[in-house]
Formats: sequence, C-alpha cells, structure tokens
Amino acid sequence: MQLDSKCPTGPIKDQWTDHKNKINVVNPANKRLIDVIVVGTGLAGGSAAASLAEMGYNVKSFCFQDSPRRAHSIAAQGGINAAKNYQNDGDSVYRLFYDTVKGGDYRARESNVYRLAEVSTNIIDQCVAQGVPFAREYGGLLDNRSFGGVLVSRTFYAKGQTGQQLLLGAYSAMSRQIGKGKIKMFNRHEMLELVVVDGKARGIIARNLVTGELQRHSAHAVVLATGGYGNVFFLSTNAMGSNVTASWRAHKKGAFFANPCYTQIHPTCIPRSGDYQSKLTLMSESLRNDGRIWVPKNIEDVEAIRKGKKKPTELSEEERDYYLERRYPSFGNLVPRDVASRAAKERCDAGYGVNETGEAVYLDFASAIERYGKEQATIEGNENSSKEEIIRLGEQVIENKYGNLFQMYEKITDDNPYKTPMKIYPAVHYTMGGLWVDYNLMTTVKGCYAAGEANFSDHGANRLGASALMQGLADGYFVLPYTIGDYLADDIRTGPIPTDSKEFDEAEKAVKTRLEMLISNKGTKSADYYHRKLGKIMWDKCGMARNEKELNEAIAEIKEIRQDFYKNIFVPGSTSEFNPELEKAARVEDFLELGELFAHDALHREESCGGHFRDESQTEEGEAKRDDDNYTYVAAWEHGVSPSDPILHKEELTFENIELKQRSYK
Amino acid sequence: MSNQAGMNLTLKVWRQKDGNSKGKIETYKLADISEHMSFLEMLDVLNEQLISEGKEPVAFDHDCREGICGSCSMHINGEPHGPDRGVTTCQLHMRKFKDGDTIYVEPFRAKAFPVIKDLVVDRSAFDRIIQAGGFVSVNTSGNSQDANAIPIPKAEADKAFDAATCIGCGACVASCKNASAMLFVSAKVSQFALLPQGQVEGKERVLNMVQQMDDEGFGNCTNTGACEVECPKGISLENIARMNREFLKAKIHKE
Repeated sequence: MQLDSKCPTGPIKDQWTDHKNKINVVNPANKRLIDVIVVGTGLAGGSAAASLAEMGYNVKSFCFQDSPRRAHSIAAQGGINAAKNYQNDGDSVYRLFYDTVKGGDYRARESNVYRLAEVSTNIIDQCVAQGVPFAREYGGLLDNRSFGGVLVSRTFYAKGQTGQQLLLGAYSAMSRQIGKGKIKMFNRHEMLELVVVDGKARGIIARNLVTGELQRHSAHAVVLATGGYGNVFFLSTNAMGSNVTASWRAHKKGAFFANPCYTQIHPTCIPRSGDYQSKLTLMSESLRNDGRIWVPKNIEDVEAIRKGKKKPTELSEEERDYYLERRYPSFGNLVPRDVASRAAKERCDAGYGVNETGEAVYLDFASAIERYGKEQATIEGNENSSKEEIIRLGEQVIENKYGNLFQMYEKITDDNPYKTPMKIYPAVHYTMGGLWVDYNLMTTVKGCYAAGEANFSDHGANRLGASALMQGLADGYFVLPYTIGDYLADDIRTGPIPTDSKEFDEAEKAVKTRLEMLISNKGTKSADYYHRKLGKIMWDKCGMARNEKELNEAIAEIKEIRQDFYKNIFVPGSTSEFNPELEKAARVEDFLELGELFAHDALHREESCGGHFRDESQTEEGEAKRDDDNYTYVAAWEHGVSPSDPILHKEELTFENIELKQRSYK
Repeated sequence: MSNQAGMNLTLKVWRQKDGNSKGKIETYKLADISEHMSFLEMLDVLNEQLISEGKEPVAFDHDCREGICGSCSMHINGEPHGPDRGVTTCQLHMRKFKDGDTIYVEPFRAKAFPVIKDLVVDRSAFDRIIQAGGFVSVNTSGNSQDANAIPIPKAEADKAFDAATCIGCGACVASCKNASAMLFVSAKVSQFALLPQGQVEGKERVLNMVQQMDDEGFGNCTNTGACEVECPKGISLENIARMNREFLKAKIHKE
C-alpha cells in the first residue's frame, strides 16, 4: 500500500486556504443525515464533538471517565502557544512553524505544521470568546510567557491550570450541544473495537462500564481522540486510565501506527519515591523560566546531601554545576525537553543525582525570588529594603506565577520549595507517535480519523512545550470539522448504518470472547503486576537512551511477559458488572502488544532524533546525531500476522521551506 | 525516604455491590504502609492484597492522581478528601496518619449522588447543571474578534479564574448538611458573571442552572460554610453571594 499524505502543493502559506476551497462540503440540510462517533473528550475530542454538532452533524461522544470534563487534557499545566505576536518580539506564523519543525528535529510534515501555526491564533480568539479566563496584565490585555526551545514569548496561560481552563471551555461547548440533543453523550463507556464495513469505519463496540453491557454504535465516520500511550511505561505523568486500546484496536483493523518510539520524556517531574508508586507528577516546564537547574560540582557534596549531612542551600555558587547553562549558554535552562532530560540523565548516570535513588537534580528558585523581590521593592519605592523583605516580596511574585505548582510539590514531597530547591527528574509525559493520518487527519482505514495526541502528525520526534494544547484544539476546532466533510460528502444518501450486519456481529463476538477469556483464566497475577513488569522493561531498555542490544532484549522479554500474561492473569468479578480490574486487564493486554512494536520501531531507526536517542548515533560531545540520508521518513507500521511481525511502510518527508540542520541550542 | 518500618492500619471501608444492594462497612488490616504513599496508593496496596486472597477489590473513582481531574470522591474519617486541607484524596498522603490508626472510608453521600459500587458514586447531575447553562453560546468560528479586543481588568479576570478552578468533584455537596450544590453552581455562574463574554446571557444562565440544580434534588444553602472549608480548590463562599445577587437581579428583571 502506497501512503498518500494528500498534502497540498503550492506556496506553503496558501496551502490550507486552497485546500479548504477545493475539498467537498456537506450542505447544512444534509449534515442532519450524517452520524459521527467521537471517542475521547479531551481537548481534541471535546472540541471536535462540539464543533461537529454546531455544524449540524449528529454526534455520539464517548469517554471512559464519569464525565467528559475529566479527560487528561485537564492536567496540562503550563500553557498554549499561538503566533499572536502580542509581545512585539518578532513572532509570526512562520516563526512558530519553524520552531516546531526544528524542535521536532525535522521529522514532521511541513504542510501540517504550517497549518497548525496558522490556526493557532484562531484558538486564542475562540477560547476567549468562550469565557476561558487566561492570565492578563494590568492593562487588561492577555499575558504571555516563554517556553523551552524558542526565543519569543508566545505562550498563553491560566496560572498552572491552562489545560483545565481550555478543557472546561471545550466541555462547556460540548455541554451546550448535549443540552440541545445534538451530542449524545456516553459517560463511563469504553470503546473496545472498531467496526469496519466494506473497508470503511462504520462504528464501534463499546462497553458500558457500569453494567458491563456490550453495545453496538454505528456512524458514517469514527473519530479517535483517545490520547497518547505513555502508560506503556506504567509510570508516567498520564492519568491512570489513559490507554492505547482505541488506537490499538483500530491499528489491528488496518490503521497504520506511525513512529511509535517517539516518546517525550519530560525533564521536570517529581522523582520516584518508592516501589508502590502508581504515577509520576509533572512540574510545569514554565518553571524553567525562573528556576535554575543544578547538581553539586563535587561528588563529596553529593554524598553529604544524600546522607542528610548537608543541605543544598549551604552550597556556594562556586560549588554548584548549573549544567544546562554551562553546556548550552544561548538557551540555558530553556533548552527543549529532550535535551534537558538527557542532560539530567547524563549527570545522574555520572553519580551526581541528589536523592537516595540517585535520580534527581535541583530546580532552584532562590535567584528568581531575589531578582523579583528587588524589582518589587523598587516598584514600591523601597529600594533599601532588608534582605528578608526582598525575599518576602519575591516569594509573593513566585506564588502569583506558580502558586498551585508549589503547593502541589509541597503536598507530595513535604518539602517547601520556596525555601529549598525542588528535586526533579525526567519522566514519560507525551507520545509524539500515534496513528498515521493524512493531511485530512484520516487514518489508513477510510472514515476513521485520529486527532490530538492519538495521531502522529505535527510534532515530529519531539514536541515543544505548550504545543500539545495547541494541536489538540487546532485538530478539533479548526481542522477536522472541515476535512471530515470531504469524506462525508459521499455519504449523504447512505442513510443510517445498520448495526445488525455480520461485521457488527463479528466485532461484538470478538470483544465478548476476549473479555470472557480474561475473566475465566485461572491465574494468580493481577493486571498491575504485568503492567509494572512491562513498564520496567520499557523504561530500562526503551527509555531515554536506546541501543541495539537492549532493544533486542526488550523485544524478547516483552514476548515472554505476554505469554505469561495469557497463562497467569487473574481478573476478579464478572464481565457483567462494574469491574475496574477487567478494564485494566484489557488495556494491559493491548499495551503488551504495543510495547513490542515500540521496541521494533526504536530498533529499526538507527539514528538519534528528538526524543529518540540511540547510543550508537551521537556526536563526540554526546549530542544526538541525525541521519538525514537514511531516515528522513515517517515509519508507518502495518499490523502483521502477529504483534511480532509488523510491516514497515515509509512516508518520505520533504523539506522545501526549511533547511535541514543539525539542531543546536548552544 | 525514612528507613523506619511503615504504619499498621485498620481500614473500615464501605462495600456495596451496586446501586440496588444494601451496603455495609468491612474491616481490613494493612501492614507496613509508608508515610510517603498517597492515600490512593495505600488503597492500591489493599486491592493487591484482596486480589491475592481471591477477593473482590474495592472500587473507587480515580484518574489523574494529581488533584485536577476531580474523579476521586471519598469520605475519609467523616470528611470529603480526608483530614488535610486544600487537597483531593489522591494528593492526601499517609504522613497525615499515624501508626495504629483506624480509618473510615465511605463514598460521598447525597441523594443526588447515588452509589454505583463501593466508593463510586454517580455525579452526572453536575453535568446536567452545566448543560442547562454553564456555557457561553458561541459557535466555533475562525472569525471571532481578536482576543485582545476587549480588555478585562486584571482583578476581575483573576476572580473569574479563581472561580473557574473548580474541579467538579462534589466535595461541597458531600460536606453540606443539606447536600447543597450551591458552591459548585455559583463557581460557574461567577466565572461568567465576571467576564464580559459571559454577561450577555447572564440572566438566563443563572435561572436555568439554579432550576436544574433544584430539579436534581440538591438542597439549599444555609450559610454554614462547610463547603468552603472542605473544597480542595479553595472556592470562596463569595461566589454563592454573587450567584444570589445574579439570581435576584434576573428574577426581578423577568417578572
């Protein structure tokens, strides 16, 4: 099968407009005759469902949580990018496009990224119109902050709860349509199978998580906005319920999975504290605006700190190694996430980690508190304030900017980050890979679309901070509602899709068999047991640095765990009741297959790029080395006869507007 | 990490098969619980223990485990989200308890929040209140006016934000002797009442949302203030006062 990205040609700045002008449109009266299923209610799914319903389509929306407002987009903290250039610092659609392609280490499609940058400004307008309370300056206009990997200030935010505010915006837009009956909402329902009829996605099998009932839902198109698969690592910053099942089921029905090994390991998370740990908590990247990252210069100090004989605040400036500022003078603490994470790993591997596990570095706000304190004292006309007064004022400024994050940190660790530096370590946060989609966001299964983190499209091999929210809302508000019409225009005479076809029979039967197999197995091990085992392999062998030997080991070990899973899994209860253990087991089963594909992808890509770092491919200074001659393509995997035989398809990437360069943040 | 042995705890947990069955308190013993665990991680340990004994684990709602999704909903020793202040159950850590403690864990209790199973309750009444008016009626449009076209005083914008940080967990309802949802509803009404974009349909909004709140079977506010104390996000009672003003204005205008 030849992959056709359907990217428009012509000057890049006109492509999206020209494309919209040329594609088919469904007239308003006919939209009433068309049903669309949207799975997932995060930023992409929520905004897509609301927009499609406003346009007149009949939407059925699904989420496994008890309310659409709980989708994991809600936990995004730092902000959302848009090329508004309100700060007059030279930002533009082109610059956002350029930063995103470069940040993604030249492994994303130019056309998609340009469109993303182009619609970014509409998103902010739309959200403000919905009543999203973004942070403002005293003049009443919107405030911005800067994020890693860029040289302008283009990030809009609502304290450390930007994701929450944007998601509640999309949720209220959805709620309005639910009230009008244009969206039929299915809370506590999980999609367990995609139904394909005559080569087209025509519905899903969903399980009512309260009663256990399996349901058939048909539609003319199915949109998967089901997020990323970071939980394949067990420990990640994703929510406990985040899973790959919807995407994986579509993959097994013919949707290619692109670049599964591109994972973002976020540099600033609260370190692990013990084996019981169930998830990791992110500390927003925005903290790197004001926090300085360091470890002690001398190994003796590291040991003293670990034993509790010394406090980090007792170390003088000369005794500290601000390693990001040292290695990357021009971007300093604001290098992109992949670079910052690897630098932390490098220091910790060298023995400089500052906690008992040896996996933590400091994020220090003392300089920022003093700087802001002095500024504030000057504003108040008390330039001769005492040191205590300056620190008090500085802490107030920091509290206004990051109060909720500091509180969260203190609640989890019992340390006061105003007084002593935070301890942080990288953790799995986001997956750039996902279902392969064309320019219209359609997967390789006709009529099956993927939006937001669930697709692979815009971030290449590394995503810049504050771009996930931008992409989710761009896909849902401004891209999919247009492009889906091009496909649905052929369906205006189709009429409702029946659910009594043999395809629905077979899909439902497959789900039923699978769930009954899980529940009737006479094993002794819980789903979490297997999930933790898989996660450890993924982290140790497919984590921040990868090599051929370990990837081969990972593939063999994942296969073994999978075999053991089918022998020894134990799921209590029955299929016909509210049964969280059954939900977990079914998700872990899919993760066990995805994990292997992930390792195959990482093994075949013998270059380093973005979040994918191969030990075999680095410069003398230890920086990632791309191999553009051999790997300037998207790896789109087709499901083979078994999870161990994936078939590789390549979509070559061409760069006409941006010159390929080795990334440098020095 | 401390090297001392962990805590020994006695848990008294509400077990209820489904909405139609009668529930009761069951007692479980847990040993060696680390003070660094979150409350939900402690329940994970309990569930692993139950599963290994071939028993049914305790069902509870949870998702983000960082205090923002609003899924977790349990009454711990008689308080929604437990003894700590300004946190949800998932952020409550075991260092708030001590060795030998007995801990009672129950679902949120309110007529409008029927129990689904064990500690899981149905809070869809909150969704229906939002559907009745918790939105600004604008469609998605690539031609909205520029985001900076209407300046909004920072103080008002900040207050709107503070109200908007409600996570919809339902602790306010669970803590209220009248099972009133006024703190939840007023937070949404206030967010929009404070912003020019929301003021356009402010009157219909407050009337519709309050009507739906009453229809769902939530009680009235008698200014006890327990909701504000127990709210993990510190949503202020001032919002209820603002909603009352908005409601009165809208009522008078209508009649």
